[in-house]
Amino acid sequence: MFNRLTATLLASTLLTGTAWAETTIKAVMHSGLRVLDPVITTAHITRNHAYMIYDVLIAQDSEFQPQPQMADWTVSDDKLTYTFTLRDGLSFHDGAPVTAADAVASLQRWAQKDAGGQIIMDRTASLESTDDKTITWMLTEPFVPMLDVLSKQSALPPFIMPARVAATSADEAITDYTGSGPFRFVEAEFQPGLTVVYEKFDDYVPREEPADWMAGGKVVNVDRVEWVNMPDVQTAVNALSGGEIDYIEAMQVDLIPLLEGDPNIVVETREPTGMQTMVRMNFLHPPFDNQEVRQAALKAIQQEPVLAAMVGNPDYYQVCGAILGCGTPLESATGSETLTEGGGAEAARAQLEAAGYDGTPVVLMAPTDMVALATQPVVVSQMLREAGFEVELQPMDWQTLVTRRASQAAPAEGGWNVFITNWMVPEISNPISNPMLNGRGDDAWFGWPTDETIEGLKESFIDAADAETQVQVAGEIQAHALDAGLLIPLGQYTLPQARRTTITEMINSPVPVFWGLQKTE
Amino acid sequence: MLGYILRRCLAVIPVMLLVAVFVFLLLRLTPGDPAAIIAGDMATPAQLERIREAMGLNQPLHVQFATWVGRLLQGDLGVSLISNTPVATMVADRIGPTLSIALLTILMSVAMAVPMGVLAAWKHRSVADYAVMTFSVLGFSVPVFVIGYLFILVFSLKLGWFPVQGYKPLGAGLGAFLSNAFLPALTLSTIYVALIARMTRANMLEVLGEDYIRTARAKGAPERTVLFRHALKNAAVPILTVIGSGFALLIGGVVVTETVFNIPGVGRLTVDAILARDYPVIQAMILLTSFLYVLVNLLIDLSYSIFDPRIRY
Repeated sequence: MFNRLTATLLASTLLTGTAWAETTIKAVMHSGLRVLDPVITTAHITRNHAYMIYDVLIAQDSEFQPQPQMADWTVSDDKLTYTFTLRDGLSFHDGAPVTAADAVASLQRWAQKDAGGQIIMDRTASLESTDDKTITWMLTEPFVPMLDVLSKQSALPPFIMPARVAATSADEAITDYTGSGPFRFVEAEFQPGLTVVYEKFDDYVPREEPADWMAGGKVVNVDRVEWVNMPDVQTAVNALSGGEIDYIEAMQVDLIPLLEGDPNIVVETREPTGMQTMVRMNFLHPPFDNQEVRQAALKAIQQEPVLAAMVGNPDYYQVCGAILGCGTPLESATGSETLTEGGGAEAARAQLEAAGYDGTPVVLMAPTDMVALATQPVVVSQMLREAGFEVELQPMDWQTLVTRRASQAAPAEGGWNVFITNWMVPEISNPISNPMLNGRGDDAWFGWPTDETIEGLKESFIDAADAETQVQVAGEIQAHALDAGLLIPLGQYTLPQARRTTITEMINSPVPVFWGLQKTE
Repeated sequence: MLGYILRRCLAVIPVMLLVAVFVFLLLRLTPGDPAAIIAGDMATPAQLERIREAMGLNQPLHVQFATWVGRLLQGDLGVSLISNTPVATMVADRIGPTLSIALLTILMSVAMAVPMGVLAAWKHRSVADYAVMTFSVLGFSVPVFVIGYLFILVFSLKLGWFPVQGYKPLGAGLGAFLSNAFLPALTLSTIYVALIARMTRANMLEVLGEDYIRTARAKGAPERTVLFRHALKNAAVPILTVIGSGFALLIGGVVVTETVFNIPGVGRLTVDAILARDYPVIQAMILLTSFLYVLVNLLIDLSYSIFDPRIRY
């Protein structure tokens, strides 16, 4: 009897021991996941989710260079034919092999939504699978940034899905979440806005190169990753301190002191380029339909006070006049001296007077429910007032703002003059994908500038024969964009991540990824 | 009694219909665009328009209303515009934590507040009375999130007795459930203890001054019998009303507490849906909450007759 009991206890202990051996990462991401289709939305949390369960043909490394991921490529001498060859061992989570037909269908759906994809499609003669492993993409004219667009990591990366899933209309969300990425989505445990669970995809074959940003081998060393949404960062901080979670993707800088004395926790900047915050003006209505007034606004604003109010700790922000971001290959500071160094207020007042500004109130929309956007409007409005603008700061929730910014009506009739928003630097680091640099009037991003010069400069960028010429054209784009007032960059900032020391070897990529890392108990 | 219940149930229909119309119109008049949430910041106006069309948000209001009511009558609460998940599933996932924590809160509140109120009335103007009243004032005055954070600091982070956050259903075991639910329920209890204790005290004071209490004491009834059988039973009706209303409020969702303790309840579901303008979810939640309010009120009314035989329906 005793022996049987002992054996039973021993067996149950061993079984329990096996269960404990599963390595689980509990992470609090910057927001809850609700939309699961990475083509229908540009939301970062959906993109992050997509990087977990899908893979991409080619990916960007830390030098912003495209590298092979699912496929290697060759380019014909005339630069008109791109041939991608899928590597061996690729399979979807349902066991089916990844074929070139899947990739072609996914690229076609992606290109209906992505601005860069649309530009490529405008130059596409044919896109087809020539055999199970080969994708042949023929262009009508050379398109130098082709690989940059296909390897970009944000808004929108071309994730590869099964052809049956990619057959879904690009305006409707997919309902089948079969991917071929390093993790498998556990649909049964998904609670929108609350919890997402991923399990290691055992059949995933990583590349042999070391991981570098989104490129290289995606070696998974944990069995399970759980994203738990905690809308209150203080709760997440408490949970991290208590050891209930392993990782917080984005910390509020003012909460960092709570964790600094804890030897079990590391607070760090994952990726230094971070985010850009910026002003967008409405070109359709006075006073910003006047270029001189827009230039006066540019001169009136200085970045440092905005960033100090927004972030507070200088370790986590930097003044940066580059519209394509500082720390990027196309960085240029031309025309941003007053923004970064100040001293433009007098000139702003003089220019405003010369422009014949008649005191028309400027409606500045100020979202109060978004921590990352709440302070900038207050500081910017005061700077504009000091330069002589009449500013009407209108507090509202973010949803009201996103609805109202789509209105082309006059500000007094429900429209607007100015709002402020933030972007991840990698997603605005290229003139083709940067929405602020769209000068096609009604088809442009909110603010609707009609600007043939910027469109011409973008064409020159696309047609540039080499990287050196691209940098030169990017400099011209920078100078023109600030002169025309397409945007006013307010600087760059990072939101540090916090992790328990049991998590090591995290990859310092702009997108938080869960391959490569190790967890020790 | 049965006729009364039937009449009250029938009265629910026009109430719910009015709520449905009001909620639907109010939401459509509020600025906001779920398509913008789905599409993200980089979407162009043309892309937004196509998503709106695919979601049916471009249809005339009366068509959208008719579609919604038609589905509702078939028991279909619709599908979330944002996550594409059936609303019924979302509500079912979230109502459990809210209901169980509401129930635990009310149980704890009643268990603490009624004896405190009785004690305060019985020992009127004594140290015990002043202590109960001081606690009540504090319970009303200190914001619930401050209490929550304080409890987390002391009981979770310093003493390590309870987890900081999260929720475990009863199915995971009573210990696991209580371990997670105790602190949120205790936090929520502070305000209800204050409320119920004050109400109990005030009503007990009134009843204890009645002639029949003096008679009961004169005929030698033990003080415990006087207090709990004669006095408390007669003071119970207003106390029940407060407890019932409190329970209904808790079911409606306690967003702050759910946020502080990271409880996946209906309060957070509703607020998230409002922020994202997820119309089907908001509509379902308001209808459900209204229905629960009506139901709880009916149950309170019916329970009066148990404590006061003079009340007949």
